[in-house]
Amino acid sequence: MGLEIMDDVRKDSVRNRISEGYREGDREFREYREISIERDVAMKAEGSARVKIGNTDVLVGVKLDLGEPFSDSPAVGVIITNAELVPLASPEFESGPPNENSIQLARVVDRGIRGSETVDLEKLCIVEGEKVWIMFIDIHVLDNGGNLVDAAALGAITALQNARVPNERYGLTGDDTLSVRDTPLAVTMVEIEGNILVDPDCNEENAATSRLTVISNADGSLSGLQKSGSDSMTEETILEMVEIGIEKAGEIREKFLKTPS
Amino acid sequence: MKKGEEIEFIKDGKRVDGRTFDELRNIKIEVGVLERADGSCYLELGDNKVIAAVYGPREMHPRHAQDAKMAVIKFRYNMAPFSVDDRKRPGPDRRSVEISKVSREAFEPVIMREYYPKAAIEVYVEILQSDAGTRTAGINAASVALADAGIPMKDLVSSIAVGKVGGEVVLDLNAVEDNYGEADMPIAMIARKNMITALQMDGRLTKDEFGRGLKLAMNACHQIYELQRTALIERYNKRESVKFEEREA
Repeated sequence: MGLEIMDDVRKDSVRNRISEGYREGDREFREYREISIERDVAMKAEGSARVKIGNTDVLVGVKLDLGEPFSDSPAVGVIITNAELVPLASPEFESGPPNENSIQLARVVDRGIRGSETVDLEKLCIVEGEKVWIMFIDIHVLDNGGNLVDAAALGAITALQNARVPNERYGLTGDDTLSVRDTPLAVTMVEIEGNILVDPDCNEENAATSRLTVISNADGSLSGLQKSGSDSMTEETILEMVEIGIEKAGEIREKFLKTPS
Repeated sequence: MKKGEEIEFIKDGKRVDGRTFDELRNIKIEVGVLERADGSCYLELGDNKVIAAVYGPREMHPRHAQDAKMAVIKFRYNMAPFSVDDRKRPGPDRRSVEISKVSREAFEPVIMREYYPKAAIEVYVEILQSDAGTRTAGINAASVALADAGIPMKDLVSSIAVGKVGGEVVLDLNAVEDNYGEADMPIAMIARKNMITALQMDGRLTKDEFGRGLKLAMNACHQIYELQRTALIERYNKRESVKFEEREA
C-alpha cells in the first residue's frame, strides 16, 4: 500500500512540473535523453548492439539458425523477435513467462522491421520449402529507465546492420553479408497535461495515461504504430505525434545509423 | 504467391469482393445471445463471426491484483481452433495476448471503473470464424455486450480497420486483402466524441496515406456506432413490449 501512495505522489509531481513547463533534467518536451550505442558487444551473436537512452539500457542480439520455412511462405527466411523483461532490470519485472508488456515490446519492434521490409527475407532462403535461415532478434532489457521500445528498436536495427550470415559454422558457402535495406526507428511519445513529450522516462510513463509509438523509415514513410495506455487521444494529437515521430527518427538516423547501400 | 503479385486488387474502382474503397462489409449484430453471461453479443463482419460475453462487476481474483480505487478490466480475445485455415493451437499465443491488451485499453477510457473498486469486469471474446478484422469485430461485439450487461459506460466503442491494397487506401480489409495487401491499421474510437482509444498499424504507409486512412476509419466508426446503437435499442424495445403485453393479460 505504501508504495501505491508514493506512486500517486510521484505521478502528481511529474504532472505538476510538466504543466509548469519543466521536465526532469531540464529536458525540452521534444528532446531525447542522451543516446549512446555500442556495437558488437556479444561475440557469439551474429550481430549485436547495446543502446542506452538516459538510464535505459537495452542489449539486442541477432542469431541465425537453420530451420524449415513456414508452409505458406516456402521461399523466404523467418524472423522471430523476442523480448525478455528480466527481473534484474526493474523492481516491477518478475521472472516467469512473457507477460503482455514484453510481448507487446517484441511485437512492436518486430512490426517495424517487417513493415519496412528492411531484411531481404528471400536472401535468407537456402533450399526452397526445405531450408531457410531463421533469424532471432532477442531484446534483453538490462535497466528500465523508461521508453524501452525506442531503445529496443534502435538496438535491433543497429544489430542487424552489423550482423553476418554464419555460413561457415553450418558448413555452407555463400555471401556472409546480410542485406539490410532500411532503417526503421521507433519514436515514442506520451501526452501529459496536454503536452506531447518525446522519449518518456519511467516516471513520465507512469504519469501519462496514453502513449503512441511511431515507427518510420528512411524515406519518411511509416512502418508501424502502436497506441497503448488507458486514455483516448484526438485525431489532431495523433497526427501531430506522427509528424514529430518522423522528424525525431530522422535526427537519430542521421546521427547514429549507417545509410543502407 | 508473393505480396501484391497475381492478384488484381482494384479493378474499375472496385475491390476483389466488389466493394468500393470506403465500403464496409455486411455487419449483423445480435444482443443478449447467451443465457449465463451478464451481457452478450453475437456479431458478424463479412465472414467474421464473433461472440462476446461480459461477466461482472464481481470480485477480482486473484486478490493481490485488485485495485483499491477502481475495477480491473479483464479482456480475453480467443480464437477457436477451427476459426482459421490452419488449425490454431488452443490457448493464448503472443498475438492474442497483444490483441487482448490493446482491446482492454480500448475500453478503459469509457468504462466507469471507479464505481466498482476491487471488482473485476470481465470481457470474453471468442472468434468462431475468422476472415480478417477479428480484433475490430471483437471490440464492436464487446462494446455491445458491455452495454447489455448494464456496465456504466461513458459511451460505446466502435472499431474498424483500414489498409492499403493495390496502392489504394481502403476500408475494412477482407482476408485476401489483409494477407497480400501492403498495410493494415485497426482503430477503435468513441464515435460521438471522435476520441481514439486504440490504434495500431503494420505494413507500410506514407504520412499522407496514414492521415487519409485515419479519416476513413473514423467515418466508418460513426456508421458502426449507429448499428450498435440500433441493435441495442431493438433488443430492449422488444423486451419492454413483452412486459407490456404481460401486464395487459
